[in-house]
Amino acid sequence: MASSSVPQGRPETERPQLLLLRPPLAALDEVLSGRFELLKSWESPLPLDRFLATHAANVRALLVIDLFTVDGPLLDALPALRFVCTTSAGVNHIDLGECARRGIAVANAGTVFSQEVAEYAVGLLIDVLRRVSACDRYVRRGLWPRRGDYPLGSKLGGKRVGIVGLGSIGSEVAKRLRAFGCPISYFSRSRKPQFPYAYFPSAADLAAHSDVLVVACALTHETHHIIDRDVMAALGKDGIIINVGRGALVDEAELVKRVMRGEIGGAGLDVFEHEPAVPEELFGVDNGSAFTSCGHANIRVVFRPLSADGG
Amino acid sequence: MESLGVLLPIPMNAYLESELDRRYKVFRLWESPPERRQDFIRANAAAIRAVVGNSKAGADADTIDALPRLEIVACFSVGLDKVDLAKCRERGIRVTNTPDVLTDDVADLAIGLAIAVLRRLCQADRFVRSGAWLSKGGYKLTTRFSGKTIGIIGLGRIGLAVAKRAEAFGCPISYYSRSEKPNTNYKYYSNLIDLAANCHVLVVACPLTEETYHIVNREVLDALGPKGVLVNIGRGPHVDEPELVAALREGRLGGAGLDVFEQEPDVPEELFGMENVVLVPHVGSGTNETRNAMADLVIGNLEAHVMNKPLLTPVV
Repeated sequence: MASSSVPQGRPETERPQLLLLRPPLAALDEVLSGRFELLKSWESPLPLDRFLATHAANVRALLVIDLFTVDGPLLDALPALRFVCTTSAGVNHIDLGECARRGIAVANAGTVFSQEVAEYAVGLLIDVLRRVSACDRYVRRGLWPRRGDYPLGSKLGGKRVGIVGLGSIGSEVAKRLRAFGCPISYFSRSRKPQFPYAYFPSAADLAAHSDVLVVACALTHETHHIIDRDVMAALGKDGIIINVGRGALVDEAELVKRVMRGEIGGAGLDVFEHEPAVPEELFGVDNGSAFTSCGHANIRVVFRPLSADGG
Repeated sequence: MESLGVLLPIPMNAYLESELDRRYKVFRLWESPPERRQDFIRANAAAIRAVVGNSKAGADADTIDALPRLEIVACFSVGLDKVDLAKCRERGIRVTNTPDVLTDDVADLAIGLAIAVLRRLCQADRFVRSGAWLSKGGYKLTTRFSGKTIGIIGLGRIGLAVAKRAEAFGCPISYYSRSEKPNTNYKYYSNLIDLAANCHVLVVACPLTEETYHIVNREVLDALGPKGVLVNIGRGPHVDEPELVAALREGRLGGAGLDVFEQEPDVPEELFGMENVVLVPHVGSGTNETRNAMADLVIGNLEAHVMNKPLLTPVV
């Protein structure tokens, strides 16, 4: 059933078209089908450009799932497009300039996932410091009776946490980690006086005064590799990096080098520069070394269905 | 004055041992083969005036009977379930433990376990490490921890610390305790089944006593239910372990984050194949910082005893 904002010139009984280029989860599919006529590119035998030329000439809305790149060439193929919606909070996969130039509105998931992402950052940090995943592997391999107690971890309370990007996610991380007794500071594009946290004017400055960096900012041209060699050096050899933003916020090659040389305390990574590829050198890092890497499709909750909480 | 003779039943911590060696005469029970240990104790009983215990070994009735000069049991733990407290009271033996210094670590782990179970963190880690992300696509959806109702068994130091952390995730807090605690806004249940039926994550944070042995039994697990998660940072015997395994196997319980087990270091192998559990080897207080602080507290208590000063953290 069309909503009250039915585009002019369409019969009321006709549902608006919505283009999808990647399959949604079943629950999302169901919700969308009730309101839109879904154009599903993957169900066609035609290559994408032919599909779009044949079927999507009049489509006005595109739903981006799985961070599909929306760039000039794609927009060229969608001459009637007025609206792009992404199921993610991040918009780095969308050429915002091109959209603006064409008068195409862009919407994201807003703050819907901020709590999920923030709690995952905390979970990763506890995992790295207290070796939760490594301990779990140790027990499941039957090593506890054979090799005795697991080596000690590191206390979370009192660790100075530096948050890179104090937006919706960053502020939710801060709120949580305060309760664990972690002093919070941050670096962000602008000061946030509404928060009682110490501001540092650069990521390197923040790192120099932190034991843990939580990376939670948007990926833009300015923030590409914001966690670079200088920042890692400033953080120090016992420092921990938690990345729940985008892989390219961190110079991954540099991070891998430091992990292999023992020049960093540990890392909890939910994102990588070339997903789903993850540097294999990191896989061998185990027990004794505080490294956890986690795939994160559970962060990319495609959509929050109107009913269940996905559990 | 004669140097304090200290019986150490098992190795606990290198720093603690070196500090004990510096000050006292340490008798290391594990250096004798098991069949010779009674003889060892008998042979040295005249010199032993202190025992240092922990979660695995302490001073039970037999040990106390075998040590007529025992004056103090200083535990390298906050739990006292390995110490016969009644007998100590009877004999006028002092008992100390290590409260407060380990509260944060244990509470941190409880939250870490809850998040890890609900968000399948260890499984996701395994998924990436196995290379499955490349071939199988994304990891599946899980369920959030934030906002879930947390039920705490025992609102002591550790229980309160768990509550404080969970509150920062927007979690409503309820608890079961021997008696309602004044000065909290948390919802009290006088019945553990009711608590379990009305929470999503149930955290065991009470002392192990005769009353709390198997306090988490089949009924409680069923009340917690197919979406419920049990987090045990107390003692293994708080939970009826075979019932726990059955409930997980049969899907009557949603998941479990376990730091403790009935027969450590043995863990029911059936759990190894389950993706809705996280298993860690009794690491609740297992950080360098905290173990050092615990050791300092043990030494501090022994020193106070030797100097006839008030004990730092006496229980008896």
